[in-house]
Amino acid sequence: MKSTALVLLMGAAVAATAPPAQRAGIPAATFATILPPAPGVATVHVDAFELDRTPVTNAAFAAFVRSTPAWRRDRVARVFADERYLAHWRDASTPAPGAERAPVTQVSWFAAQAYCEAQGARLPTWHEWELVAAAGPDTADARSDPDWLQTILSWYARPASDTLPDVGGAPNYYGVRDVHGLVWEWVLDAQSMMVSGDNREQGDPDALRFCGSGAVTMEQKENYAMLMRIATLSSMRASYTSKSMGFRCAVPRPVPR
Amino acid sequence: MKKWSVMVAAALLAAACSPQNPPATTVAADTGGSSKGDFGPPQGEPVEAVLTSPPHVPPPTNRHAPAKVIVNLEVKEVEREIAEGVKYTFWTFGGTVPGSFIRVRQGDTVEFHLKNHPDNKMPHNIDLHGVTGPGGGAASSFTPPGHQSQFTFKALNQGIYVYHCATAPVGMHVANGMYGLILVEPPEGLSPVDHEYYVMQGDFYTVGKYREKGAQPFDMQKAIDERPTYVLFNGAESSLTGPNALQAKTGERIRLFVGNGGPNLVSSFHVIGEIFDKVQPEGGTHPQENVQTTLIPAGGAAIVEFHTEVPGNYILVDHSIFRAFNKGALAMLAVTGDPRTEIYSGKQVDETYLGDKVASLAPVAAAAEAKSTGTLTKEQQVKAGEVLFKGTCSVCHQESGQGIPSVFPPLAKSDLLKKTPRRAIEIALNGLTGPVTVNGVTYTSVMPPMSQLNDDEVANILTYVLNSWGNDGGVITKEDVQKVRASTKRPEGAAH
Repeated sequence: MKSTALVLLMGAAVAATAPPAQRAGIPAATFATILPPAPGVATVHVDAFELDRTPVTNAAFAAFVRSTPAWRRDRVARVFADERYLAHWRDASTPAPGAERAPVTQVSWFAAQAYCEAQGARLPTWHEWELVAAAGPDTADARSDPDWLQTILSWYARPASDTLPDVGGAPNYYGVRDVHGLVWEWVLDAQSMMVSGDNREQGDPDALRFCGSGAVTMEQKENYAMLMRIATLSSMRASYTSKSMGFRCAVPRPVPR
Repeated sequence: MKKWSVMVAAALLAAACSPQNPPATTVAADTGGSSKGDFGPPQGEPVEAVLTSPPHVPPPTNRHAPAKVIVNLEVKEVEREIAEGVKYTFWTFGGTVPGSFIRVRQGDTVEFHLKNHPDNKMPHNIDLHGVTGPGGGAASSFTPPGHQSQFTFKALNQGIYVYHCATAPVGMHVANGMYGLILVEPPEGLSPVDHEYYVMQGDFYTVGKYREKGAQPFDMQKAIDERPTYVLFNGAESSLTGPNALQAKTGERIRLFVGNGGPNLVSSFHVIGEIFDKVQPEGGTHPQENVQTTLIPAGGAAIVEFHTEVPGNYILVDHSIFRAFNKGALAMLAVTGDPRTEIYSGKQVDETYLGDKVASLAPVAAAAEAKSTGTLTKEQQVKAGEVLFKGTCSVCHQESGQGIPSVFPPLAKSDLLKKTPRRAIEIALNGLTGPVTVNGVTYTSVMPPMSQLNDDEVANILTYVLNSWGNDGGVITKEDVQKVRASTKRPEGAAH
């Protein structure tokens, strides 16, 4: 399973099976990231890619589980998903009634990536996700807009125990929906975000360590909305699941139209 | 360094030169801190720590040897009222703000289990200020929702310590209520008291204004600007007032563990009407005595003790006083018991203060004395009545007795007064509401009953009125007033 993912990542040809309407095209961009690739470098370049317009739903994930029974909650290997994996479903291949259009949560990183692979895609990288998440309704970069920030923080302030609403919130600048205000989302490189569990070590250049790419520092300390995403991702191991953690898939280059 | 030694030398010299001062009390031997806090490996079976919700404090450990203590603390994100009709989502250690109180003994080995409830949205961790080790446990306890972490520490330093969440963004986690206290008892324990209570201050930042109804989200900008909407004891405006007030009786010794979670403000902690007999400032070991207000830093705590003597309500405040009356930093200790008037009398005198308007109340005293000996003259009554009139009646009826046209009726040459002096007694005793016609003009103002005046005083005032400003003269006696008072029904609330 893992090796398939690696092959995909290394740039093997990808059959674009998804209909174009399901994904939004994101043009290549260079932007100021909260996680610079190296000390002294403020920006990062992201190649053009396509991203699911909404998070993956329970119904879509159920179809995947039925076609790939190894990912049923009663068959999955514990190293790939913890005890709570899909525990909120009615049974091993059926979501809770009424939740079909809600985003699937309680899925591990391994399960999310396996789903995306089955669609000929992969999870978006942090920087791809961050680029899209920076957008407001009308602008590509709304990060300095206090209303944008407050909307996100207000979602953080609500407890997670409520039933999740269906996907399909208001589209952002790219036509992507539910980036904020619905669920946390897995990213491809979540496991390389080794943020210290003690946030106050941020001043220490070793605080944020990427496997194999040296030490970098965290920028934009005032961007609490993004900091919390990173804190959450970094607290999760790839087999962990949570009630608020869902995902969407990306294709690393534009699908020819 | 050099400056210091000079200052110390000067201080010593000054002490030596003033023989009337007793020699400075020798400073108690220090505790040795963490270097003397390890009493060896834990002994006996592990014990599960008793955790309590505020304002309650777990019982003393009553242990005389180091133990292994297991702490199970659960993080819960909960929505509840921060003020009447105002909802806020708190992030809590143990379901309350402040979090559960933890009590261990110096030298104990504490096995700490931090559980992040599956319904939570955020990862959390804990930094205990009573921990010796990097981060105070923070990195070792970083836990996503639906998981738990374990770490172990030895409590080397005695004292009262704050614990809090240290997950990004730390300020927001703390502002949402993620703090509490852990007490590390000295090896010999704390002295016995009648009550121990747990009070912790915190500042809160909502998008809406103070007491603006509805669900209020956290306001990051206000938090960064350090402009709190609420400053509260124990996480809600009503958490320690009314039926939730702390309780005690007179003659009891009270110990408060007072923490300050912040995230931003320091507290000037004060109990109105009490003096702290003993304070361990900032939770340190050596107490200060006879303290009025003690500073509690954000991320700090103090132990304060006092003895109750007089019954009544004692209000706990942050004496940065606008916080108390405009942001909610009020709590209450209700003390019951018999009055102790030799210590505190309650109100003994409530009377008009005239400033320099009247130099002396001597004529009033003279009249009272004369009345008691049966030698009271009309002149004495008039003099005493003038003083009392100026203190009580002239505000409305004016010193000239002319009243204020169409507002307050005149007493000078009043036809009403002339017709029936007895009516004047009734009005003075019982007040007058509704229209009254004086010298052809109708007045509708309200005169309250002069309940504060006794029969002597009413008699003197009216005698003064009858003999002033061209009125016809005459005398009203104490007995006249007594008769009227006995024969008329007085309105509700009129005293005497």
